[in-house]
Formats: sequence, structure tokens, C-alpha cells
Amino acid sequence: MKTAVIQFPGSNCDGDALHAARLLLDEGAQFVWHTEAGLPTGTELVFLPGGFSYGDHLRSGAVAARSPIMQAVKAHAERGGFVLGVCNGFQVLTESGLLPGALSRNRNLHFMCRPVHLRVENTSTAFTGAYARGQVIEVPIAHGEGNYYADPETVARLEGNGQVVFRYADNPNGSLNDIAGIVNERGNVLGMMPHPERAVEAPLGSEDGRGLFDSLARAGTPAQAPA
Amino acid sequence: MTQAAPSLRDRAGTFGLSTEEFDLLVSQIGREPNALEAAIVGAMWSEHCGYKNSRPLFRFFPTTGPQVLQGPGENAGVVDIGDGWGVAFKMESHNHPSAVEPVQGAATGVGGILRDIFAMGARPFAVLDSLRFGNPDSPRTRFLLNGVVEGIAHYGNAIGVPTVGGEVTFHPSYQENPLVNVMALGLLRHEDLAKGTMGQVGNTIVYVGSKTGRDGLGGAVFASADLSNASQADRPAVQVGDPFMEKLLLEATLEAIQAGVVAGVQDMGAAGLVSSTCEMAYRAELGITMNLDLVPTREDGMVPMELCLSESQERMILVPVPGKEQDLLDLLAKWELDVVTIGQVEAHHNYRLTWKGEVVCDLPVALLNEAPKYTREGVESGEIRAKRERDLSGVPVPGDLGAVLTDLLSHPTIASKRAIFERFDHQVMTNTVVVPGAADAAVMRVKGSGMGVAATSDCNPRFVYLDPYTGAAAAVAEAARNLACVGATPLAITDNLNFGNPHRPEVYYQLQQAVHGISDACRALNTPVTGGNVSLYNQYTEGDERVAIHPTPTIGMVGVLPDITKRATLNLKGEGQTLYLIGEHASSIGASQYLETVHGLEAGHVPPLDLTREQAVIDATLHLIRAGLTDTAHDTAEGGLAVALAEMAIAGNTGLNVTLDAPQETRADALLYGEANGRILIATTNPAGTEAALTARGVPFARLGTSGGDSVTIALPAHHVHLSVTVSALAHAFNTPLAEILG
Repeated sequence: MKTAVIQFPGSNCDGDALHAARLLLDEGAQFVWHTEAGLPTGTELVFLPGGFSYGDHLRSGAVAARSPIMQAVKAHAERGGFVLGVCNGFQVLTESGLLPGALSRNRNLHFMCRPVHLRVENTSTAFTGAYARGQVIEVPIAHGEGNYYADPETVARLEGNGQVVFRYADNPNGSLNDIAGIVNERGNVLGMMPHPERAVEAPLGSEDGRGLFDSLARAGTPAQAPA
Repeated sequence: MTQAAPSLRDRAGTFGLSTEEFDLLVSQIGREPNALEAAIVGAMWSEHCGYKNSRPLFRFFPTTGPQVLQGPGENAGVVDIGDGWGVAFKMESHNHPSAVEPVQGAATGVGGILRDIFAMGARPFAVLDSLRFGNPDSPRTRFLLNGVVEGIAHYGNAIGVPTVGGEVTFHPSYQENPLVNVMALGLLRHEDLAKGTMGQVGNTIVYVGSKTGRDGLGGAVFASADLSNASQADRPAVQVGDPFMEKLLLEATLEAIQAGVVAGVQDMGAAGLVSSTCEMAYRAELGITMNLDLVPTREDGMVPMELCLSESQERMILVPVPGKEQDLLDLLAKWELDVVTIGQVEAHHNYRLTWKGEVVCDLPVALLNEAPKYTREGVESGEIRAKRERDLSGVPVPGDLGAVLTDLLSHPTIASKRAIFERFDHQVMTNTVVVPGAADAAVMRVKGSGMGVAATSDCNPRFVYLDPYTGAAAAVAEAARNLACVGATPLAITDNLNFGNPHRPEVYYQLQQAVHGISDACRALNTPVTGGNVSLYNQYTEGDERVAIHPTPTIGMVGVLPDITKRATLNLKGEGQTLYLIGEHASSIGASQYLETVHGLEAGHVPPLDLTREQAVIDATLHLIRAGLTDTAHDTAEGGLAVALAEMAIAGNTGLNVTLDAPQETRADALLYGEANGRILIATTNPAGTEAALTARGVPFARLGTSGGDSVTIALPAHHVHLSVTVSALAHAFNTPLAEILG
């Protein structure tokens, strides 16, 4: 699956995203600098990595959401292409309006780095097809602002549509409804705070993140993805 | 009546120079310096930059070996780990700033050491923090600990370099002078190794990074004086860090080095623009001229003194390869950094600065870089000698030795540091295969090679206090054991020498003895010193009382695992493992945490250190791990054997049942809680193979018992002692304290 990892100034999981993508999806996965106007021809997956884009100035993800490349990412999503935003990438997705809601400071006001357990709530998306419904997976979190919030109508809509894809088994940050990751209505854009790319190789403690990449590989080109 | 303005000589102290040093300067240059020149000399001759009290001792350090790619004298040392890879590493203190402003003090400590690493052309991939605070119950300690943790998290998490280990300990001597020692490691290909040099005549000097502000003025001098209540007024001497800017600087610098357009590079650390350019000129044995009007400034009206000595963070000096000047400027522009060519390298030997068309500084480069050296007279404190020689035979053995175990596990120095390291991103870069708390050292893989790099920082200040020579040597040995316990061959060290005021003979004695101890241990264990940092004047003066910290030569050691699948962690791996002690049982309670915590005594002899035995124990442990005979190893340190066993049980959530066979003459509390050197605990599912291997190597060992059950049970038959505490009770004691102190 042809993958582009977007680099903003201050991205710091860009290398990790590229490593995981090359390992599991696309040996030729490449970086795309934020000032680019377009994505490489044939891009199927856009990976918005974690980090502190623009030093979290203004709000996490707020400045990155307005960078030139994000116009191309929006167009890609509108065409049905896959977009995966992890951690700061999730924040960029909510700031750019590709996903609803917002991520605010953790309930305990501290940055937290630790493995957490996630329940896979919806296996009919292109990102989760390789998991079993209700499966509990171990994936690390590393964030200070992962507390998911949306207005009650939006949360009800997310729940009703099955857009809540990952839920914390033991909520670490105060997220509404224990939400750890959501997709858009069409199901081709996923944002999540936990880091699946940190859980794809046994020496790192967990391989439970592999399922996400395997799901994408299995989903094939975006045109065949469930609309 | 008017008073004559005091002469420059009378004001020498305000520049950090003694009157004698001022006179020496005058005699060397044959004229009176101007105020700027005096200030520049004061900064360059400060302990922080010029090592005037410590350098004469450095000649004792072993600094060479086939594994050393870069020894002392550059921004960081570099060791060869094989396959064309090198690891740059160094430790540096930010003690004084952290005492005054803990968040920014610690944050800029991280930022500063990372710049030293990427200035070598290495990509930083791990940070360790060695932190020491005073009384854990005091509001000041809580304030400092929370601030330092927040500062490290703020900077390290944002820049995306994992914080993978270190130490956090508590002792009253650090009440006013906390220690914040930060170690960083970076990975490089041999061909990308960069140097802090000006290169050749005609080269240009490029300033890149943040604009220069008035923050951090005189930091090097500030760090070279005692702290007092008036130090609060020194807040402007503490810099403010911007990890976002540093991230851009890091990427830009590495990209430039890898593109082959950089002839020399150095970060602007202590004493800012001056020390970086001055040291680079010295290494090139050439002179330079810089135009201070071109220095990017944060505010108007800055004067040369400020431009030269500001310690504003996130600034570097790059010297382009001749003919590649424009390539470098274009590359840096992509990262939207301030870039200015501020000077050039010339065929003379002076450090020349111009401002508004005038030469404002013109001093020999060599003079600036060759601070006077002071070899002082060291005399051991009689008070400390008396503590060491104290007869401990009258110390009673407690009736409930099981209660001692939970008391020790809940001492904040020993207790779990999880509450702290969970605030640090320890996994970014996806290389951390042994995470903080899981073993005695952190292990990071080298992607694509199968190899791993291990790192640890260690020092037992109580040992050093009671016996600086043996204590410092023991810190090296402990670091090496910790690396062995994860399966890494020790390669080299960096040291951070934190001491009190060297003008006091009893402090100088400690420094001198510690340097000899480190030197001898490094020679014996084949771990050369590749660099380090000295932090003196860690002393607090209030009224007539002068409180010096416990002497703390923190050892940062780096090792290599040829194959990361052959590694060990400290947790028991389920029931039925057989436990062994490699080495011998402790025979004394001298200098132990137990003696201090339970009996309120810092006294006695430091446990003897046999460096040949240390090497044998390390080699045996590495053999067992690499032969697949064990994946479970743990060094015994503060709290001795019983605490180490409890830690293995807690981490593995499994009990154990052991018997300590030792003669009745040895005290029961010494067997359990004494802190002998040269010992490593291992657990195995192949006892026969393990015993055969240890016997063949001629290393003493004792079979202790097995893992299993839900309690830690330790029997001392000859002493009629049998203690048993549930793992859950031990875990509670171990896991609670730091979370409470952090709040």
C-alpha cells in the first residue's frame, strides 16, 4: 500500500511511522514535507505521525492543520484515500475538521507514557479488519493531551454509527466514553491517541499494533475499501 | 566629594577572576584588558569552561582503547560498537540552574547535552537522568522534584528523544543543592563523525538557531560559585529552553553534516558564543574575527558583553566546507532557522571581536583556552575518617528483619521510580527494548543490525563520602555490573564530578581520591573515560554554616549487546527458576542504606572492592546470558541481597524461597542488607548448566533457592532467622512512595 508519512516541523514519531509502514505496508514508503502542495502520485495511505508539530504552539495540531500539505490530505480523504493519524496526527485531524471533536489535556494534567489495553469495537473498517470484535490489545500511549471531547450529539452520532473503533479498557486520560480512536463516517480516516506503530515488533514488548497495518494491507487499495 | 570608580582590577571578582588571575592576564597580554576582555577571560577560565581546579587531575584517567573513536576534548566522546556504527555519549550537570528554577534548569540541561551529541554528527537516541534531592518530606524537595521532572518531560518528550533511565535518590546533603546530571547518547556512522573545529584559514563562521537574548548571562560564572539566598537574584542567569527550536536545529545540523557541507560544528553552551568559537579556534590553532553587529538579537540595545556571554539556548556554530557555503545556507533555510555568517577564520592566533567598527576584544586564543591550573592540597576530614572507623559491633540486629525489608523498599531512594518515568516518553524512536524499571540498564536496539546499546548511570554517594577512592571505583564497578545484567559488554564511561568547594582541603581531597578511584577501576575494567563534566561549588552557605553535598562522581557507562535477543531483565520469569548469587555474601553493614535508614548512622567501611573479581563476575554473567543459560539478572546495590531479591519478585509478580547458608559469626542483617560489591543475582531454568559454567570459570557462587509461591521467604538457618513477606505487601511498599512525593 503506497504510503506517505507527512513531516511537520516538530514531528517526532515520523521515523517510527515510516519504519512501521516500510516493515508492514510499503517498502517504498516515503516522507512528505509539510510545505509540499501535493502527495506523491498513487498515494493510498497518508500517515500523520505523532510529535509536537510546531511545538504545540497555539493548540496541539492547530498550526499543522493549516499547512499546505493538509489541503492535499483533505482532497485525498474526499477521494476515499486512507488517512491514519496517530497521537499528534489525531490532533491534526480534529483541528483540520477531518474528524470531529477535540483532544484536551489529560485528566491528571501530566504527560503519560505506558502500555494500555484497548478494546477493538468495530472490525468492519479498513483499519481493523484483522482484529476480532471485542479483542483486547496492548498498545502504548505517550501523550499529554489525549482527553477526547465532543459535544453530546456528536458523541451519540459516533456511537450510533460505530465510529468508535478503539476504546480504553482502563481510561488513562479522561476521554469521553473511554474513546481512544475514531473513524470518520466514511470509514477511511482513523485518528487514535495510542501508538500502533510502537507495537509491531516483539522486542518492543507488544506486536498487537500489527493488526492495524495487516488490516490495511488486507483492505487493499482505497477504491475497494468500504465506503 | 566624589569617589573614584573602582578599577577593573578591584572588580575582577565580578568577572569570576581572582586578583592574582587578573594580574596574570595583564602580564600575559602586556596591557590592561578592557572590561569585555576581562569578562571573556573570566568565563573561559571559570571551572565550568576552564576546569582550573580539576584538569590537573584528569591526566590520571585512562582515555584510550581500541573501542574509543573520540576521547575527551570534543563535544562528546564516541565509542565504536561495530558494523560501522559509533555511539556518542556524554553527561553534563545543570545543578545550579535547577536549584534556582527547576523546570527550566532541568529542561535546558536536556537541551544542552543533546546539542553536544548532535554536534558530533550523531542522532540522539536516549537520555538518562541522574537526580539527587534532599529530604523527601520537605516542601522544597517536592517543589524541586516536580519541577525537574516537568522540565525533563517538557523538553525530552517534545524533541522526541526517549528518556530511558537514570537514578533518583534522596539525602539531606542535597537539600539546597540538588543534582541534575543528564546523559545523552547518539548514534552515528563512523564517516559522519564531526568535530568542533574552525578548520582552515578562509573558512566562514555561521551562526544558526535562536536569536541571542539576555537570558543565561554569566551562567558559567554562576555555576562556579557557592549558592546562597542571594542566588534567587541570579534567576536571569537561568536560560529558557525551546525544544521545538532544538528539534529544527537537530534535524538541520544532522542533515548538513550528512550532506558533507560542514567542516566544523559546536553548540553554544556555557559562556555562549565566546566559548564555542574560542574552543573551535583553539582546536584549529588559528585566529578568528567576528562582527558582533551581525549576531541576531532578541531585543535592541544589546551590548558586546551580553552578545558574547548570553547563554540563550538552541544556538550552534557551523563552519561550512570551503566552496559549500551557499549549500549550507540553503539547507538551513529549509528549516526556517536564523542563519548569519558572522566571521571568518584568519592566519593569526587571536580571538578578535568587532562592534560598531571598533575592535572590542583582541586576545590570544591560547590564553583563553589555557586557564591557570591549580593543584591544591587535599586533606581528609577528621570527622569523616572517624565515621568510617567507627566500631559497628554495638549496632543491634533488629528483632523483625522482615519489617526492615518493607522499610527499605519504601525508602524513596530504593522505591520504584515508575511514577517518574511514566511522565517521560521512553519509547519514541521505537528502539527501547529494555524500558526503565525493567532491568539494571536501558537497552536500545540499533535498527537493522541486530545489535543493542545499553546505558546506565550510577553512583552511591554514601560510599564516596565515607571513602572517596573506593566509593568512586565502586561506582564504576556498579555501572559495569548493571550493563552485564542486561547482557552488554561495558565499553567506556563519561563522568560527572559533582563536589563541593575545591578551595576547602577536605573537598579537594574527595575530588582527588575519587579521580584516582575512577581511573583505577576504568583501567581494570577496560572502560576508558571519553569525557565528562565537572560541577564544583555544590555547597550552600547560610550564616557561618557551609553545607557541601556528598561527593557524587556520577558514572555514565555505555555498553554493547552483539545480539539483542540475548538479553536479560531483572523480573523473575514465573515459578521454578533456580536462584544463584554470583560472588560472595556480604559480611558487613558498613556504609549501607540499611545502617542509615534503620539505625540513623552513616558510618563504617565501604565494602571492599576487588576489581579482578568484578571482571570475573561480569564475564560470568555475560557468558550465562549469551549461552542462553539465563535471561534474569540483577545487581545487588542499596538495600543489599534481600532488597534485590524482593525487586526481582515484585517485577515478576512471583514469590521466591531462598536459604542463605553462612556462618553464625556473620551478622544476619549484614547477610540480608549489607552492600558487598562484586555480586550479581541470576535465575535460571537450567541449574546444572549454570553451575557447570560458573564452576568452569572459577567464580564463587551460591545456590540460594527457587522462585514460586506468593511470598518472598528468606531463611538463615545458622541464625535461626526466617522472614516471609507477601509479594503484594512488598509491591505496595515499593510502588507507593514516589507517586506520593510527586503528588
